[in-house]
Amino acid sequence: MTTPMKQIVLLSGKGGTGKTSLAAAFADLAKNKVLADVDVDASNLDLTLSPKRLEEHRFMGGQIAVIDHEECISCNVCEEVCRFEAISHDDDGKYLVDEIACDGCKACVYACPVNAIHMEEQHAGYWYRSETPYGILLHAHLLPAQENSGRLVTLVKQEARLYALDNDLDYLIVDGPPGIGCPVISAVSGADLAVLVVEPTVAGTHDLQRVLETTEHFRVPAAVVVNKADINPEKTAEIRAFCEERDIPLAGEIPFDTIVTEAMVRGIPVTRYAPDSRVSKAMRKIWARVQDIARREPEAA
Amino acid sequence: MIIAVASGKGGTGKTTIAVNLALALERASDLPVQVVDGDVEAPNAHLFLAPHIEETQDVGIQIPVVDEEKCTYCGVCAEVCQYHAIAVLGEKVLVFPELCHGCGSCTANCPEHAISETPRVMGTLSRGRAGKISFASGELNVGEAMAVPVIRQLKKWIQPEGVVIIDAPPGASCPMVEAVRTADFLLLVTEPTPFGFHDLKSAVEVAREVEIPFGVIINRADIGTEEVAEFCKKENIPLLMEIPLDRRIAEAYSRGVPMVDVLPEYREKFLALYRSIQEALA
Repeated sequence: MTTPMKQIVLLSGKGGTGKTSLAAAFADLAKNKVLADVDVDASNLDLTLSPKRLEEHRFMGGQIAVIDHEECISCNVCEEVCRFEAISHDDDGKYLVDEIACDGCKACVYACPVNAIHMEEQHAGYWYRSETPYGILLHAHLLPAQENSGRLVTLVKQEARLYALDNDLDYLIVDGPPGIGCPVISAVSGADLAVLVVEPTVAGTHDLQRVLETTEHFRVPAAVVVNKADINPEKTAEIRAFCEERDIPLAGEIPFDTIVTEAMVRGIPVTRYAPDSRVSKAMRKIWARVQDIARREPEAA
Repeated sequence: MIIAVASGKGGTGKTTIAVNLALALERASDLPVQVVDGDVEAPNAHLFLAPHIEETQDVGIQIPVVDEEKCTYCGVCAEVCQYHAIAVLGEKVLVFPELCHGCGSCTANCPEHAISETPRVMGTLSRGRAGKISFASGELNVGEAMAVPVIRQLKKWIQPEGVVIIDAPPGASCPMVEAVRTADFLLLVTEPTPFGFHDLKSAVEVAREVEIPFGVIINRADIGTEEVAEFCKKENIPLLMEIPLDRRIAEAYSRGVPMVDVLPEYREKFLALYRSIQEALA
């Protein structure tokens, strides 16, 4: 019997704590896995995995309102009904839709007395299936200023999940977005384990608590990794104590080392670029521990 | 003047720039200075400014309440809703608050006028003072998906008569755009790394789309490559400030201490940054 596939998502609350560098290391270290980068408005995992694109798909986003100026009688009803302040008019009574502010609710379409408004679907981005030396990567690019509703996140994850199941893979490794809102909620849903990457700073620990509350809210088990742990040993000790108190496994600590940036500049996972570095040793331990935690039988309630 | 501090990539130093620019201005001038923390998913500016909070307010959207006495289960509400937030099943109307965007279409289109609205709280706004700095921030509640309504409401607390500094969320999608779109100037903070460069290009595209003048700040300027500086030069983007990787800055940051307190020479550098923004807008 094969082992069931485990879905592991890297999150952080605060951005820039090292999620993607650790995800790249997991990509290098894990066997039988598929990778998904769902930080769709700042997708960077592909920059370290030398991907070769196999497929490219257009992603259509929400709809936005379009006003037909031939039909418009400048009655102002649309502007009044819009709660997103997306419709305004100029001095000549010409009504305009702010494409960025428009939420696609269609309230103006229903309210317009002369049917001068219709909806148009927007091209919001692309998603890709790529081949890398570390396995298949599913990733996406949301066009700038588009709405990140989580739909593209869900789609990329779904494609990766299907690929993992079709190919009997052991792991789906998901590089998640920062924050706690829609894209994070979409990234965390269905995960077996969330690996929360935190830096030992006041902001890092503050945001760790918020993302941890989010994973708890969606009942996804979490483990913590402290990155650049030696930048502030006192804060690192606080995080350790916090994890112990909350009964959250600490998957490991990574020291600060510019070798991580060097590997990123070269576009190679640090564990491959400098396997003997202290950082890589720490990351290998973390990956071993993460596998144990993900495979651990859930405790009886 | 409203200055928004943004970046494509997270963790590049937005909050550091916003807070220290505000502190430098507060100490050097009588200009009213306001800091608005618009990173409602991960708000951090208060950790460095320690403001005294004078007022908090719940914010959210208006969601429908159906009066079943008047409802004829005609299904118009479900038909007009673009978010699948209201459904009619036989003689039952179901509202899904977490899907509702608060657009009011169901209320406006119900032929029986059977729908009224009630507020649904998604987050909290706070405002107060940190010394002479006026402070406002928003916080999205855990488990809530939509940051934009909280940011939209927070912006109503902007006091545009002085210098307003908005600390924006990372990324290049809706929350970031909502936080920056009414600013007069954007400061895009980045790192000179492949990740920083890639995400800066997205942020630049947003800045161009919303047609707001902008400049770039390179943080940890000596850690990576020359790509970012070369890009700025080629694209004619003003490179307004470079901050080297400095362990003293990182340590102060980790403790929640503003860098202008640890390295006073940065006060003048932040004032120079403000002057270059003024010049860019002149």
